[in-house]
Amino acid sequence: MTVTSAPATEMPKRPPFIVRMLRSIALLRESYVGMFGAFLVLFWIIMALGADLMPLRDPLAQSAPDLLKPALSLAPDGSTYWLGTDDKGRDLLSRLIYGSRLVLFWSILATFVAYAVGMLLGVMAGYRGGWWDEVISFLGNVLLSFPPMVLFLVILTNFGPNSRLGHVIASLGVDSTVVSGVIIIVAITFGTAPQVARIVRGLVLDLKTRDYIAAAEVRGESPFYIMLVELLPNARGPLIVDACLRLGYVIIAIAVLGFLSLGLPPPDPDWGKMIAEVRGFGAMASNAMIWPALAISSLVLGLNLLADALREISLHD
Amino acid sequence: MLLLAGRRLASMILMMIVISMLLFLAFEGDKLALAARVLGQYSPMEGRLQWLEDNGYNRPLVVRYLSWLFGFFTGDWKISAQVNRPVLEFLAPRLGNTAILGLCVFVITAVISLILGVLSGINEGGLRDRVISVISVITTSFPEFASGTFLVAIFVFWLDWLPGSSSFTNGFSWRELVLPVAVLVIFNFGYYTRMTRASMAEVMTSQYVRTAVLKGLPPQRVVVRHALRNALIAPFTVMILQLNYLLSGIVVTEVFFAYDGFAKAMYDAALFGDTYVVSACAMVAVFVAVLSQFISDIGYTYLNPRIRFA
Repeated sequence: MTVTSAPATEMPKRPPFIVRMLRSIALLRESYVGMFGAFLVLFWIIMALGADLMPLRDPLAQSAPDLLKPALSLAPDGSTYWLGTDDKGRDLLSRLIYGSRLVLFWSILATFVAYAVGMLLGVMAGYRGGWWDEVISFLGNVLLSFPPMVLFLVILTNFGPNSRLGHVIASLGVDSTVVSGVIIIVAITFGTAPQVARIVRGLVLDLKTRDYIAAAEVRGESPFYIMLVELLPNARGPLIVDACLRLGYVIIAIAVLGFLSLGLPPPDPDWGKMIAEVRGFGAMASNAMIWPALAISSLVLGLNLLADALREISLHD
Repeated sequence: MLLLAGRRLASMILMMIVISMLLFLAFEGDKLALAARVLGQYSPMEGRLQWLEDNGYNRPLVVRYLSWLFGFFTGDWKISAQVNRPVLEFLAPRLGNTAILGLCVFVITAVISLILGVLSGINEGGLRDRVISVISVITTSFPEFASGTFLVAIFVFWLDWLPGSSSFTNGFSWRELVLPVAVLVIFNFGYYTRMTRASMAEVMTSQYVRTAVLKGLPPQRVVVRHALRNALIAPFTVMILQLNYLLSGIVVTEVFFAYDGFAKAMYDAALFGDTYVVSACAMVAVFVAVLSQFISDIGYTYLNPRIRFA
């Protein structure tokens, strides 16, 4: 890695990755609001990871006598429905907690895929320039000028689990949750990656002129090495903040798709779908609607507060 | 200016053509399913094939697309398969409804976010700034269907003050408009408040504001006469871009409140596979997006004297 003929003094040793992570998390102490956001996010991550360890009912088990019970009501076997039940007598608390697993898993995966695609395209467009830039930017502009909802609707209605393609894939024995999840990821990637690519391209255009890139070019590194090892890591600051915000948007988008019954298939406890399922029951269902709405709002709020605090901290440095 | 308009128009038409082609390709897959949805689940196969033949769906894709494209630019937007009416005639009242909703949201959002943004930007880092900033992050975190759920639970089920659906079945009523407008304002105003705040805070640290303060002008006068005009340029131009979202991005709100608007028409058509309606909606959406971008650019040039006199 060393380029210059500087004296071979000992480089200061970088602390291990974990220590650096913990240190940057400790920076959050500066901001109470940011700590609260981190707490909310952490809460849902723990719920998602520990769902199996908690004494919860089966989130899919239906119970005919207990339809739309209010919070804290008693089940026939003497136990308590802490948050009540939904229109099929399923326990809301366990559906929420198992739902957090689905929501976090698919939204993180979708954000990750969208980011990987977007960063790759953005760094190509920014670093290679010329035709690469023209083609990638034009495709990005086409996708960005689709109204986002039209893009989602078109992809999910034509290639989703209820389309002909979806039926073909399902007939191969693929689990319906996986089919839906993959097509959701595709839709979100189409909607999000162009925006990420645009940000990354802007950052790369700026970084490209730095000396260390020239140094890497002079010592004959391959373009891929320069893009992946020199450019992207140095663009990470603004990208981390953006990823935090965007994860919030993706969570909302997935919940919205669930609400519009284009998301994960029933009976999966998707938060958006939980609201849509009981909506028809009017006032009787207000208990069953409020909890998923609170869950999603608190998770997105946590991410937004966290992103806000991270941005403020990064501005201090 | 004319050159700019011409270039925008050309790129808009190119975008429209690319997007409509992609839409026609995407919806090409399932024509028989479309016929089944039109004629009902138990319709005979011959009937479905006949319907496809009668309505010209058996012509090659290229022919159908070109005939649609020609019709679109000459005012014949074809017949919707779902409602069996001319698309233009079907979409016009829907656009009207969305315009009412969008205009209310736009005006209220603009007023609230400009006032709050200016109030918090005047004294950056102060208590008032912190409170307003936190409130705007919190409200932005409530997706439309979540805040809709809360508002419906409170104002419809508990207090029984407002109707829970806004389908205007008994004609137009302001009461039905309150909840959808509230939901959209809650979701949107935070972003613009923060934008205004940032712009205001930047102006407050500028040289000419410091000069005004140092020469002893009262603070109100400094804010109203010197800072405000310059601080509002950026947020105003960004707010115009919101029009785009208010047309097609409000699907959830319209579905939630059964509001018969443009976005809901688009959603229903996409679920039904009604290519002509979806394409027409996408074209209108692209048109409004390009138009609002254009207005925003012009507005920016007009409001900013540095560019106007350059």
